[in-house]
Amino acid sequence: MSYSGGHILLSSQREGQISRFPAWVMLMVPLAAILFQVYVPLFFQFLSFLEMPLLVVVYFALTRRSQVGGLLLGALVGLAQDSLSKNPPGLLGIVNTLVGYFAASVGLRLDVDHPLIRLPLTFFFFLFHQLFYWLMVRALLGQQLAFEAQKTLVLGLLNAVVGVSLFHFLDKLRKAT
Amino acid sequence: MESFLNRYRSITILLLAILAQLVLVAFQVKNDRDVRMIRVWTVTAVTPVARMVEALRGGSSGLIRNYVLLHDAHEENRRLQEEVGRLKLDNNFLKNELNMADRAKVLAVFQSHTPSRTVAATVIGIGAGTNSKVVFVDRGTASGVERGMAVVTPDGIVGKVIAAYPMASAVLLITDPDFAAGVVSQKGQVRGTLKGQGTPTCKVDYVPFEEKVEPGEWLYTSGDDRIFPRGFPVGLVKVVRSAQPFKEILVDPSGMARGLQDVLILLEGVHQAIPDAPPVNQPVFIGPPPPADTVKPPDNPGPPPSGAPAGTEADKLRAQYKEIGDAQGHKFGEGTPGSKAPDFNLKLPGPVGTPASKPAGPPGGASHP
Repeated sequence: MSYSGGHILLSSQREGQISRFPAWVMLMVPLAAILFQVYVPLFFQFLSFLEMPLLVVVYFALTRRSQVGGLLLGALVGLAQDSLSKNPPGLLGIVNTLVGYFAASVGLRLDVDHPLIRLPLTFFFFLFHQLFYWLMVRALLGQQLAFEAQKTLVLGLLNAVVGVSLFHFLDKLRKAT
Repeated sequence: MESFLNRYRSITILLLAILAQLVLVAFQVKNDRDVRMIRVWTVTAVTPVARMVEALRGGSSGLIRNYVLLHDAHEENRRLQEEVGRLKLDNNFLKNELNMADRAKVLAVFQSHTPSRTVAATVIGIGAGTNSKVVFVDRGTASGVERGMAVVTPDGIVGKVIAAYPMASAVLLITDPDFAAGVVSQKGQVRGTLKGQGTPTCKVDYVPFEEKVEPGEWLYTSGDDRIFPRGFPVGLVKVVRSAQPFKEILVDPSGMARGLQDVLILLEGVHQAIPDAPPVNQPVFIGPPPPADTVKPPDNPGPPPSGAPAGTEADKLRAQYKEIGDAQGHKFGEGTPGSKAPDFNLKLPGPVGTPASKPAGPPGGASHP
């Protein structure tokens, strides 16, 4: 793994390196993340706090630096999550679409290979995901879903820590340039 | 345009993706009244426009007419040529206004007299679809309207609310094939199920062939469907055909006989008795109420005096005998057998019925033989 220099803001988009991944990575990693969220908590309840699909979307959007690619990946992952949940398809899709788009937008501006950037970004996007999902449920479904701020902050921190580790692992799957 | 799309390609795709998924969600999600969100959004977006169009249509006719008149004042020659046509238009307009006022009056009278709690509504649109028998009215959940409520006019039932939105409601008309209501005939109290056919005529199902229902007979709601209260007119039986196992009965619904513009939605229906006489379709004149303080009692409010008997010949004869007895000091019913009877040939002064010696007592004050 090689982190770029001592600065975190990119002076130009050319300075940010666009990561490329093999097709099987782009297919299997999101799928594995979704399967993880579906099956692993059945056996390890304490891991249910992990939003693996979200982390994967954030990672690919940040590193690939493509807004269209980010939002499409977010939409697909979100729709898959919706299909496996009681949510009407489209609810998590919208949330993840926005996450993918904004993450890619941030990736165009910041040096997202830096771990000190990835941690707060992952934390921020987890909070954004949770808050926007809560808003959508209230607005579209009319359900009175409670928003537990303290719990969300703690879970956001945990997901950010796990996310940074996951990103470190996924960095190894990049195509060599 | 192309450069614009290229420049904002990402945000455009984002908006499209969000919009597509919003539509996807809206197609599946239903609100607490079991109505899909896509329908709620669509109706909420469309009905305000329909309300505006309806309001403009009502207000614009007078405005246009006034404009034409003002314009004609400056063009005398054209005014003379268009005089006849304008008067015809005026006549039609006034007729429509009068008709509208009559309908509103009848509706108001019916609303004030019916024991059910109602809310008046105006039809503002027709449901999409070539064979749609659904109309939209300008009252929704904000006015207390809920899905399943009955919709009536003074002439009869019209339909039922199938979806209630905040500012409008969709009403399934009585003529829709999906419509059904319990009915009972006026004469024989024969029960059946009224169904729409997609045509102006409805049919009544499940009337056994041995039951007697005659053409020209009125049908009323039976109240069995828990939607329409008992006793509301439904329509007139048009055709009755014998068939097995049920009769074929066609009905002319009466609720929409005068068109469908203003309706009443029953917020709380009250069951009523089936009337003995068929409903009267003619407009009923209702005079103004009497003034409260100007009622003057008649000059002679009491019963007619005994001196001026009014009634049968027996009454006059009794009064005459009573006066004869009074003139001779005789009280009828007190004499013993063999005592002297009064002289019934005694000539009394004045005409019969006029007291000769003293005024008559109060009615019932004298004894009778």
